[in-house]
Amino acid sequence: MTQKRSVSESKASRVFLTAIALVFLGVVLIIPLALVFHTAFRDGLEGYLGALADPDTLSAIRVTCIAVAIAVPCNILFGFAAAWSITKFEFRGKRLIVSLIDVPFAVSPVISGMIFVLLFGADSFLGPWLSDHGIRIIFALPGIVIATTFVTFPFVARELIPVMQMQGAEQELAALTLGASPWQMFRLVTLPSVKWGLFYGSILCAARAVGEFGAVSVVSGHIRGETNTLPLHVEVLYNEYHFSCAFAVATLLILIAVLTLGAKATAELMERRTRPQRELPLKEAKP
Amino acid sequence: MDSVAHVAQMSRPGKRRRQNPLPGFGLSMGYTLTYLGLLVLVPLSTIVFKTFSMEWSAFWATISAPRALAAYGLSFFGALAAAAINCVFGTVVAWVLVRYRFFGKRLVDALVDLPFAVPTAVAGIALTAVWGPQGPLGEPLARVGIQVAYARWGILIAMVFVGLPFVVRTVQPVLETMEAEVEEAAATLGASRATTFCFVIVPHLAPALFTGFALSFARALGEYGSIVFISGNMPLRTEITPLLIMTKLEQFDYAGATALAAVMLVASFSVLFVVNSLQWRKGRAAKSPRTQRANRRAS
Repeated sequence: MTQKRSVSESKASRVFLTAIALVFLGVVLIIPLALVFHTAFRDGLEGYLGALADPDTLSAIRVTCIAVAIAVPCNILFGFAAAWSITKFEFRGKRLIVSLIDVPFAVSPVISGMIFVLLFGADSFLGPWLSDHGIRIIFALPGIVIATTFVTFPFVARELIPVMQMQGAEQELAALTLGASPWQMFRLVTLPSVKWGLFYGSILCAARAVGEFGAVSVVSGHIRGETNTLPLHVEVLYNEYHFSCAFAVATLLILIAVLTLGAKATAELMERRTRPQRELPLKEAKP
Repeated sequence: MDSVAHVAQMSRPGKRRRQNPLPGFGLSMGYTLTYLGLLVLVPLSTIVFKTFSMEWSAFWATISAPRALAAYGLSFFGALAAAAINCVFGTVVAWVLVRYRFFGKRLVDALVDLPFAVPTAVAGIALTAVWGPQGPLGEPLARVGIQVAYARWGILIAMVFVGLPFVVRTVQPVLETMEAEVEEAAATLGASRATTFCFVIVPHLAPALFTGFALSFARALGEYGSIVFISGNMPLRTEITPLLIMTKLEQFDYAGATALAAVMLVASFSVLFVVNSLQWRKGRAAKSPRTQRANRRAS
């Protein structure tokens, strides 16, 4: 017992540290998000539903859904391609590619949007050609989709790379040796072994695509009912002092965030549940 | 240059590479490179071109204007302070989550990721509502003369919010895998708990803490969405660098915005570079024969 006490803290300091952690998280995370729900229902359930059924809100939901529906599949495809080439093959410049995948994390969202204004805007090299052909990218839906894709592309790749790295290439090689076609190998060997990483990466990517604010704000032009995504709509409502409406729309985004965290917990649980089956013989042998 | 050497050392001789029978290298590599090229390299290169098309004197005048200098200072020191706060409280949170048992621990553990998942605009209006003059925490503080929202304190709070998960999630796994024997040895040798913490646990956590600090710092440096709502956005006083870039973009001063963006990019890439090279060195140390021998002995 004395041995045990010497490598842990006294009861008092344990309670004290736990209290500090919980109060800190409460003040920084919980109170602000709880207040969003409180303010959203200030005008009652009717006001809340009214804010959500507003045509501009519905249009913002539509724009957000379009951006997600294009960005997420593209990034899943990219995630697979990048993870496959990086983890199963050896080539020069691998570290450079891995670093490039991290770029959106290092760049401020405002700059992420700005680079596309510089590339496609009226002032740019491509600008005159685009306007001659009547193509609008900046201050229109394509710009929002492109900026969203840029900001969210690392998520799937970053989830898949460590999982595929750990698995190595033996199982795929075995499948090929046994006469599987490349597609069969992918569908029956690679895909099942990475499915939870893929699931979580895609959810994370989608959540970020829904919530991206800075980059989209630069390229959208804030045209109400046309190029406003949900977070931009929250900003517009807030700046026009429609506080309860802004917070009502914000609750939607918080719900999506909470669902994301739930999906993460599920993915981790399922992964842990599938993994021990393989490790069981080793663990049993240990004692 | 280290990285090139590392890759060269990793890659096998050409003969064996050609023998790798897995399919799809050309396709996946081609797609990856095209995607990265079109989505990352070409757009980022616009900043380089735009910067070099500026006159040096105009560039210098933009990035050294008093308003820009004030914005750098605020962004830099704000992010530094927020990262430091997160290191202290993030370590406490990670410690409590790994070492203690209490009711609702799994829920608390999941909630730590909220700042990753909640859109920054939502975080911004939520924090402003709490710390504003009428907010539940802002109102009592305003009565004693401390203004949080629409002042520098507000910026600090938003930066702490967005950076918190980085420290917790880098420190937590290290604490989880830490061997109990080391602490037991310290205790057997007569060290008090505080001594063990300061001279055994903290040095062990130091690399993870540094990574968490740098990630939290980089995130806070570039943060825009949550800060614009709470900061009040007064030039020279509460205007962060990303907001100044945004202002210039809205005035169609693309050259000015690009110049400031170039400064910010250099800063954030330097942070990322330092983190990556440290992590890489750590990874190499873990693979070195000495560490492997030590690990084998430990198990």
